[in-house]
Amino acid sequence: MAIRAQPVSGLRGAGIFACALVLCATLGPLVAVAVRAEAPGGLGPADWAAIRFTLIQAALSAVFATLLAVPVARALARRRFPGRGALITLLGAPFLLPVIVAVLGLLAVFGRNGWVNHGLIAVGLAPIDIYGLPGVVLAHVFLNLPLAVRLLLQAWLAVPSERIRLAASLGFRPADMRRHIETALLWETLPGLLLLIFLICTTSFAVALILGGGPRATTVELAIYQAFRFEFDLGRAALLGLVQVALCLGAGALAFRFVRLARFGGGLDRAPHPWPGDSAARRVADGVVLLLATVFLLLPLAAVAAKGVAPLPGLPPHVWEAAARSVAVALVSACLALALALPIAAFIARRTASGIVEAIGALGIAVSPLVIGTGAFILLFPLADPARLALPVTGAINALVALPFLLRALVPEMRSAMALYGPLAEALGMTAAQRLRHAILPRLKRPLGFGAGLAAAFSMGDLGVIALFSAPGQGTLPLEMYRLMGSYRTDDAQGAALLLMALTLAVFWLFDRSGRVHD
Amino acid sequence: MIDLRESRVTLGGFRLDVSAQVAKGTRVALLGASGSGKSTLLSLIAGFLTPDAGEVWLAGQDATAMPPARRPVSILFQDGNLFPHLTVSDNVALGLRPDLRLSEAQRQTVTDVLDDIGLGPMADRRPRDLSGGQQSRVAVARMLLRDRPIALLDEPFAALDPGLRAEVLGLVDAKARARGLTIIMASHDLRDAERLCDRLWLMEAGQIVLDVPMAGLRAAPPAALAAWL
Repeated sequence: MAIRAQPVSGLRGAGIFACALVLCATLGPLVAVAVRAEAPGGLGPADWAAIRFTLIQAALSAVFATLLAVPVARALARRRFPGRGALITLLGAPFLLPVIVAVLGLLAVFGRNGWVNHGLIAVGLAPIDIYGLPGVVLAHVFLNLPLAVRLLLQAWLAVPSERIRLAASLGFRPADMRRHIETALLWETLPGLLLLIFLICTTSFAVALILGGGPRATTVELAIYQAFRFEFDLGRAALLGLVQVALCLGAGALAFRFVRLARFGGGLDRAPHPWPGDSAARRVADGVVLLLATVFLLLPLAAVAAKGVAPLPGLPPHVWEAAARSVAVALVSACLALALALPIAAFIARRTASGIVEAIGALGIAVSPLVIGTGAFILLFPLADPARLALPVTGAINALVALPFLLRALVPEMRSAMALYGPLAEALGMTAAQRLRHAILPRLKRPLGFGAGLAAAFSMGDLGVIALFSAPGQGTLPLEMYRLMGSYRTDDAQGAALLLMALTLAVFWLFDRSGRVHD
Repeated sequence: MIDLRESRVTLGGFRLDVSAQVAKGTRVALLGASGSGKSTLLSLIAGFLTPDAGEVWLAGQDATAMPPARRPVSILFQDGNLFPHLTVSDNVALGLRPDLRLSEAQRQTVTDVLDDIGLGPMADRRPRDLSGGQQSRVAVARMLLRDRPIALLDEPFAALDPGLRAEVLGLVDAKARARGLTIIMASHDLRDAERLCDRLWLMEAGQIVLDVPMAGLRAAPPAALAAWL
């Protein structure tokens, strides 16, 4: 019998207030950017080159990350082996990793003096250069491959086990599995996945800042930063901001239409089943695919860990102070994200037609943090010294960025809790607070912990908003690390990278773990 | 036709432990509470699970290590389990050739089976364009086309309303009789069991605790069945 989700009326006002807050925090800065922007004719050749480069690198990154994810997800879906769960968790680490740490790890492996080039030179081959387009695409593939694998794996595991059993009983061979099951699955999943990664890559800033640059490898985000930071040309920064908004909204609208995300973490513990048409050759092929993916995704992390251990104890005091600031910002960001997500999720869950509210919640992923930062700067500049507001603004904007991920995790559980306990709560005459305490929050512990961890991790690694706002002595750990890299203090940068990686994974683990206590 | 020789399957904390025989043409209803082992037993016979110990003999051959597709078994799943992107005709044809490269004679066979169960005019429709009862009929057609002597029915009528349930049960009953199929049907419903089957197995905690003829059960149910009912 279908049960209609029951309203939690006390949360309604909070939901409307949270939606209004999100709208003001995203659209307010966008309006400021639009008002301040130069006329569209003001785009010069360098700006057009930046637009072109942004689109090309995002398209290439999306295609490579998605295509590489297909065999990895397939291998994970059809194999069961000891440590599989741990491997899936580990392969997800790059998604949480601060971008600047990931880039440093990639440089340690693929850079001019990296392990790969040492190997190539040793066997008499020419070294590779990853600066420019190849490096930007490589970094984006590294950062987004885990997301692509996780989403494809969810799609694979969403195939009912009865369907797999039917295929086994009908004697499906690998070609039949591809034709009747996998093609349909990929046809449903790939367009949305491509658009999602394309969208993420159009808003990528830190990768282009370190591996790109110059007239041939500048993204729109980087151009905004340069106009802002080096020329203090707010009009041009705002115009580029508008261009970025158009790019993001275009890709975002398409992604919103096509992306079919399953719940985070769902489907990973299904009962094992034999995969029809299996053979020794396929087992070996899957093993090789998983090994290559593991090496590609974990080697840069291992490099960061290996190179960062020695310099870590000797890091200068200002790096430790920056680390403390980063943790504080991450905690604030996580709390803020939760405070926004909970009422919005309730608002979405209690309505059947909740498209507009969902779109408001998803704004954070469709609007570039750097553009919101630019708008916030324009708004705050006449009122106060933006540098003094650098940390709160960083925390707030990162909470907005994490909001769509939190909602994805919270809404399904919220819906099911409301459907399950709504009529009972109604019959018992429970107040909104009692429903929240007894019926809803206990069911939301896991997604709340996971979502808060995600928000904290994103905030820990931010190197966009803080780069616009911060003054000396105000930086967070990623910014201090970038400054160390810029001043060629490589050892200290590597130590800071290890510290940042450890802190990011630790705050995520602590939040995520807190959601699993008493499970 | 089915001979389970001290077959044992362990899944986590659950253990299935069965020894049982089913004669050719017998139709067994497998009843029991959720978690009693009905689906595990069907999976063991279908080949989705390999026993930790013991043997599974089907139609006179040792099928213990035989892959599912080679077993003399066809299966009717709970929700029909149709492929949404294939037509009715192709869904049924999968029972003959998974690659759907059918000869003219095979195409004719598919058409005949569809006509036989009253779905001929719907051959080119997709499953989403069919009612629940029609979808069940397509699944029955696919099972019949497999032409295997043993049919495993995994609660295939659970999602159907009483009218459709009676209709599809009647169809399976008629076709099974005509072909002399040996049937094992997992069910929660004694009425379905009485309608289709001539023998009853009651399962508890991974074991068959009752193996009796269906006739006369209502009048004088054994204690174990009375307790379950």
